[in-house]
Amino acid sequence: MSTESYIRRPNRPLQVYAIIFLIALYIPILFLPLFSFNDSLYVSFPLTGFTLQWYTELFQREPVWAALMNSVKVGAATAVMATTLGIFAAKAITKYRLPGQNAIVAFIMLPLVVPGIIFGVALLVLMSSLGVTLSLYTVAIGHVIICLPFAIATLIPRFEGLDPSLEEASADLGENAWHTFWRVTLPVVWPGILASLLLTFTVSFDEFIMAFFLTGTEPTLPMYIWGQLRFPQQFPSVLALSSMIIGVSFVIVFLGQWINRDAHISTVRK
Amino acid sequence: MLQRSETLRGFFLLSPTLVVMTVGIVVPFAILITMSLWTAMGFDFDTTLTTANYETALEQPIYGALMHRSLVISGWATVATVLLSYPMAYYVAFHVHKNKMMWIVLMTLPFWTSYLLRVFAWKVVLGYEGVINSGLLWAGFIDAPLEFLLYSQQAVVITLAHSWVAFAILPIYVSLEKIDRSLLEAATDLGDGPMARFFRITLPLSMPGVIAASFLIFIPTTGDYITPALLGGPDGMMIGNLIQLQFGPVNNWPMGATLAIGLMLYISAIGLVFLALTKVFKERMA
Repeated sequence: MSTESYIRRPNRPLQVYAIIFLIALYIPILFLPLFSFNDSLYVSFPLTGFTLQWYTELFQREPVWAALMNSVKVGAATAVMATTLGIFAAKAITKYRLPGQNAIVAFIMLPLVVPGIIFGVALLVLMSSLGVTLSLYTVAIGHVIICLPFAIATLIPRFEGLDPSLEEASADLGENAWHTFWRVTLPVVWPGILASLLLTFTVSFDEFIMAFFLTGTEPTLPMYIWGQLRFPQQFPSVLALSSMIIGVSFVIVFLGQWINRDAHISTVRK
Repeated sequence: MLQRSETLRGFFLLSPTLVVMTVGIVVPFAILITMSLWTAMGFDFDTTLTTANYETALEQPIYGALMHRSLVISGWATVATVLLSYPMAYYVAFHVHKNKMMWIVLMTLPFWTSYLLRVFAWKVVLGYEGVINSGLLWAGFIDAPLEFLLYSQQAVVITLAHSWVAFAILPIYVSLEKIDRSLLEAATDLGDGPMARFFRITLPLSMPGVIAASFLIFIPTTGDYITPALLGGPDGMMIGNLIQLQFGPVNNWPMGATLAIGLMLYISAIGLVFLALTKVFKERMA
């Protein structure tokens, strides 16, 4: 009880630090929406007035919509592929004790650590030596590779929470493997799958470096923004676009975390 | 027999992922290594194998200098991120009792937004006419914009530190959370004050998390390309920018491949150092 009390004793300076830390974490990002409503071409203080002009301009701009559609297509394809591959891998890793398992997991997690530029140029070189024209397909391939670690990291805690006796019971009762997966495994791991789909979609949607090296003629949304950053007079509309992307990303990620919350709690408790 | 079929089934399940990762990682690397031994000939390649690119990379001081600068910049970014994140992770691990998950989500949420946009946000903050300069001018603290803010190595370090916080907080938090609280109780009973308790128990036991955090930040930031491109200016250019130049405007893919392999070798060497450090700490604890 005594330990409890001294550990539980609130630490004021630390608490203040934590709050400042969170503010500092969010403030730079929140400047984007703040200035996107500012009635001036210059991104500087003092704020001159409230306007929705940059947003209306954005909505009238055709290439933005094309880029958005490209990002959504790539993101959806990436999410489905990375999550499907992630389900196989998470199932194999959690259910079976495989020789060299740690090495395999480390190998799959590599894209999390290796600088994106290295994967970008490596895949670029692969595509060019195969004679593949760069397109949204090549971007999606790059995104699947960097999204796999996120899918697997999201799915493994869910599959670990799966009681193997449930699957055994189903098999004992005469269900085949496919039915067992469909009727027993899937309902339990479903929140993890949904979370993985949302997170990998977000990672792909926001990703820049792979797209930079692997995009053909059709830009994704981040590539479009990159192109606009060269023109300071475009800053306000880029601010508006960025604010919307950040808002959507926050919502999707938050949703993903919330759907998969039990798995997170169990991992953290471990 | 049963054991073997289980293993086979496991690998069968894993095979699609392994095939994709092999085609997506191993094969491209093999081609990258091969290409680094070629020579650029205008828009074509001379495919006679030669180590000439590696010799150039080692002889010309610009390559070594940029590699060195990349290591220094990401080194500073790593130190800053870990130092700033440790108290935060400590606070959540030891002083937050309800809503721990909410704190963790709050701290990692920005990580999920576009990296490009976070870098852009810092350009807005640090720019010549940006938030800080215009704010200070407006408030009357300065008469002319501070020029060192944007297009400098400091700008790159600040932006990297801000962007990679999630990678520092999570491993440190996990290692702090794992610490057996009764050890702290024992230390107190034996007369240790809060400081002694922290430096003799908490810090050493959380070192694996600190090392993992450093590794997770140091390695990817070394090859970063967006932040130096947008905020670095000429002095903040890093090895990633040089690689991009070779694949873009310079159009010397074999040289670009050589630099990418060089970066990879550097990173692997540093990775081994981190691995050794982790081992040393785990052994000392055991």
